Amino acid sequence: MIESPAAADEAVPSARPATDEDPGSSDPSWLGGASTPRDKTDDRDDRQLSPAAPTLDVRGLDAYYGAFRAIRDVSLAIPGKSVTAIIGPSGCGKSTFLRSLNRMHELVPGARVSGQVELLGIDIYDPIVDPVQLRRVVGMVFQRPNPFPTMSIYDNVAASLRLTGRHTRAELDEVVERSLHRAALWDEVKDKLKANGTSLSGGQQQRLCIARALAVDPQVILMDEPASALDPIATLRIEELITELRVNYTIVIVTHNMQQASRISDRTAFFTMGEDRAGHLVEVDDTIKIFTNPRHQLTEDYVSGRFG
Amino acid sequence: MGTAVIVAPESVRLMRAHVGRRRRLLDAGMRRLALFAAILCVIPLAAVLIFVTLNGASALNLDLLTKAPRALGRNGGAASAILGTLQMVPLASLLAIPVGVAGGVYVGEFADRRSAQIIRFAADVMVGVPSILIGIFVFTFLVLPFKQFNAFAGSVALAIIMIPVILRTTEEILALVPGTLREASLALGIPMWRTVLSVVIRTGLGGILTGVMLAFARAMGETAPLLFTALGSRLVNVGDFGKPMDSLPVFIYVNARQPYELQNQQAWGAAFLLLLIVLVINVAVRARTWGRAIGN
Repeated sequence: MIESPAAADEAVPSARPATDEDPGSSDPSWLGGASTPRDKTDDRDDRQLSPAAPTLDVRGLDAYYGAFRAIRDVSLAIPGKSVTAIIGPSGCGKSTFLRSLNRMHELVPGARVSGQVELLGIDIYDPIVDPVQLRRVVGMVFQRPNPFPTMSIYDNVAASLRLTGRHTRAELDEVVERSLHRAALWDEVKDKLKANGTSLSGGQQQRLCIARALAVDPQVILMDEPASALDPIATLRIEELITELRVNYTIVIVTHNMQQASRISDRTAFFTMGEDRAGHLVEVDDTIKIFTNPRHQLTEDYVSGRFG
Repeated sequence: MGTAVIVAPESVRLMRAHVGRRRRLLDAGMRRLALFAAILCVIPLAAVLIFVTLNGASALNLDLLTKAPRALGRNGGAASAILGTLQMVPLASLLAIPVGVAGGVYVGEFADRRSAQIIRFAADVMVGVPSILIGIFVFTFLVLPFKQFNAFAGSVALAIIMIPVILRTTEEILALVPGTLREASLALGIPMWRTVLSVVIRTGLGGILTGVMLAFARAMGETAPLLFTALGSRLVNVGDFGKPMDSLPVFIYVNARQPYELQNQQAWGAAFLLLLIVLVINVAVRARTWGRAIGN
């Protein structure tokens, strides 16, 4: 991993206007990702964060939709406090893989999984694991911003707490403010917390969804092409945000955008589709290695744009 | 209206004009026919509105609204009927809303495809069952055993009419709620039941309310199921659901058949009142949801 002080300075988005172009985005030193200290003027500290940001250890994972095998025998270690990008052509099972990491996959009728995903020393597919509780540890952000349309900005962020237990107003206030700060949205919405979540721009809505996911205090965050529905400037802000979040969370991001993968991830896993149309892992390595000197010809062809 | 620049040979022009005229005539004729049919569809509504208003508006007065009916052509009003409708329909809603909404939620959110299809089909059939049959059905188990016509049986009959309407609207509205919202909620570690309650139903609440109000308006106008159950009454009955109770449709039915002009007038007045209420509910609901997909 390459540490870049220049990039570290870039990635404090709350201090800068949204329209500010990021010169660091074309800087090759972004390869391998940049670690960023949190804004020192921000008095909300991270003590309440889970200190660990655990690793995910996937072993021999198959995922099915009915009789169709969507991914085959994926084994992959995802390190903590880092960004792992999943890249590959359409239909290679990237999203299915991601959704089997927080057991969202099995919500599709007929969908099932075999294999192991170890998190914090437990196989998440062990019968003792409650998928509802698991999803509070492994949060998710989706491709299209999907704030709850009937709820205000405040209520969107507070939803997970409100709908799963009793909390005082003060507790809610604190969590909402902290989560919006972490999602780099607080300054833009602090004066209109009661406004409807859907009144925000697309990029803001996506950061609202990230804030909503952070409010649960997860340790792992899964992102399914979180910027693909956004314009370049909003995309940049999301990328900056991911670079900030990686300090404290384990992040797995599916992306179609190889530049994005190279900008923000530490590790990259390349998936492709086999003869049987089942997706499988070709290789996983440090991002810089995948993009400059991959082991497999298939990866080389894909990252250089020869197929996919 | 542009100026013709190209002049076609005479023969071509004639031919073109000939085909054009036939086609134009046929087109115009068919258009008028379709328009006529469309007007025919709207005429009954307009006729009913005009008829009832002309005859009923003048009969709608304070006496009609506040006085109890009296026998044999003497002065009186429709207070018994108004109060009866205002008791039986809300009780019917109280019975029908939980069943209808919960059933709709089951079909929309939890049922597998096959049972959903069966329930949906059953609800559609139930909407089409002649309402007098529902009256007779309720009569056999809520009136006969007690040897007493009663308002509760009336409410049950109305509820049975409301349930399939509410179930179907609820289910259709929930189908419009984007799946991404369910996913978003479940991914936050919110349990399924809570997701359905606080995210899915809440998002579709406006639409569900629309269905409920339409069912409410429909129940207000039902006569047949009440004839066998609540029967109707000349007495003002407030709160005693074990006894017969009057209602606006039955009041209209009874009074329209009386030989006395005054009672016929009262029937017109009650008809106008009922029409007004149902119309206001319908228009209000439709105006509120105009052009909105999910209706909230």
